[in-house]
Amino acid sequence: MTLTSTSRRTRTGSGRARTGSIAWHLGALAVLAVVLYPVVWVIGGSLKPNDEIVGSLRLLPTDPILENYRRLADGIADIPVSTFFSNSLLLSLGSVAGVVLSCSLAAYAFARIGFAGRGILFSVMIGTLLLPYHVLLIPQYVLFQKLELVNTYTPLLLGKYLATDAFFVFLMMQFMRNLPKELDEAARLDGCGHLRIYWSIVLPLCRPALITSAIFTFINAWNDFMGPLIYLNEPEKYTVSLGLKMFVDQDGLANYGGMIAMSLVALLPVLLFFLAFQRYLIDGMATSGLKG
Amino acid sequence: MGTAVTHVPPAPPAVDPAAPGTAAGGGSATPSGGARRGRAHRENLAGYLFMSPWIAGFVLLTAGPMIASLYFAFTDYNLFDAPRWIGLRNFTEMFADPRWRTSVEVTSWYVIVGTPLKLAAALGVALLLNQKRAGQGFYRAAFYAPSLIGASVSIAIVWRAIFSDGAVVDRAQQVFGLDAGGWIGDPDRIVYSLVALTVWQFGAPMVIFLAGLKQVPRELYEAAEMDGAGTWRRFWYITLPMISPVLFFNVLLETIHSFQIFGSAYILGGQGNSCGPADATLVYTCYLYIQGFENSRMGFASAMAWMLLLAVGLVTAVLFWSQRRWVHYEEASR
Repeated sequence: MTLTSTSRRTRTGSGRARTGSIAWHLGALAVLAVVLYPVVWVIGGSLKPNDEIVGSLRLLPTDPILENYRRLADGIADIPVSTFFSNSLLLSLGSVAGVVLSCSLAAYAFARIGFAGRGILFSVMIGTLLLPYHVLLIPQYVLFQKLELVNTYTPLLLGKYLATDAFFVFLMMQFMRNLPKELDEAARLDGCGHLRIYWSIVLPLCRPALITSAIFTFINAWNDFMGPLIYLNEPEKYTVSLGLKMFVDQDGLANYGGMIAMSLVALLPVLLFFLAFQRYLIDGMATSGLKG
Repeated sequence: MGTAVTHVPPAPPAVDPAAPGTAAGGGSATPSGGARRGRAHRENLAGYLFMSPWIAGFVLLTAGPMIASLYFAFTDYNLFDAPRWIGLRNFTEMFADPRWRTSVEVTSWYVIVGTPLKLAAALGVALLLNQKRAGQGFYRAAFYAPSLIGASVSIAIVWRAIFSDGAVVDRAQQVFGLDAGGWIGDPDRIVYSLVALTVWQFGAPMVIFLAGLKQVPRELYEAAEMDGAGTWRRFWYITLPMISPVLFFNVLLETIHSFQIFGSAYILGGQGNSCGPADATLVYTCYLYIQGFENSRMGFASAMAWMLLLAVGLVTAVLFWSQRRWVHYEEASR
């Protein structure tokens, strides 16, 4: 190191700080390499010919091809890939609408209305947060089977419109509690009822919590595998997750490249959402409870 | 909902269940008793109207199904004939069933090994990131991303590829002289790749640890440093007690979450190898799915579900009981 600075003390001090900084970045980069490897792998793999995906260790293709994506256009088992995407999109957006509406209603009641039995209902809701979903799997299926709703999207959507995602109720409630109460009181003096206060005052102010819930709901619904696996029977109704599973079962290694390409395309909406809203997701989630 | 869900980083504790919000205008009571009663009545009406979707959902999709499931657990039920009461037979058969035992073993192993490793990685990286350095925000975001995609079918497919014979993990082993092949085709080791997958998603608990670390007062470290405490002592006597509520929360949530893994374990084995090879990734929910939906044994599967609930409830209770010994709450010391 060619430091020309003054006293010996500052030189060793800044030298140590620099070594520390280099060590820190090396550590962070090492973790980054492990974290990003699978993502880079899937991007590279989708641009490689079949034999190179399996046989080569190189992350990026020697000679990138678009063949895998072109083959995707043929669809899986005669069903165009776009069908799976529009199905997933419909389910995910439908879930978002349901969660934002129903969970914010319940959250408003918990945060802003002094009704009898609120404490008990709140404890029950927190209890459902810890309940393993699988306990409900069989009886819910029996219910929807008796109602002849298997192989429709209703079983996958109904819960979203009935505020069963307690976590989002909780998240929105925490946010609403922190809004100044003077707003409600002023509106009340002007003759506004709860519905008006909820719709015109509280909801617009809760936008950050609503956006966080909406994004997580979209991603959860998009990734969901068990729900569609159980409830959907016809390939025309399959979501992207099930389409991919069908790929694994039918083509196996024969169309490995196509499968990798579709894996990447299936991840894209989630990754794009993440890139666009990452601060919302991370900051919102990390601090929402600490302040409560 | 449930396992197929991307891991949502839960809000850390500091919840006061006794006071869910404050009553809107409850204090500004009108002087006349009749008007106050009218007001209370209106508040109740409004409250239950706003709660009605949740109440309907709770009755129809949670409470009702739980009662039904408890009944099914004592019946032989194939969905088409009426349930037939068979007492405890589902349970006695379950305990004698070698595949059920396998599923318990695989799940316990996965929870006991995977969860601590994931939390250790989360805490370790959080400590690394808890320094003001250029690029800190970028790293935090990048490390969090796997938590959003880790449970997807896509990543299970990618995982299968990078842990198969001749792929990167296999080659890395060969560098260390271990010529054992990939982990995917090997029933003894495929479950390691499942653990690796859960550790890869350390970002969600890491974000929560980071939030907790930010709350530790700087002065504590400065004082300890003056007293000559080294890095390790400062971690052990300051950091760890101060973030113990967050640690407890992460342990609780991650453990409950691990019990419910399904999609990745189901797919990892690949074509014609659901939950396999040789039942190597037959986690509890996989076997529940097979019994309920492939074998149409709704009664047996319900009994299995109640055993899972019992196990998760027991673990939760033990954790809550243990927190008195190791979780340090600010309020308690005041």
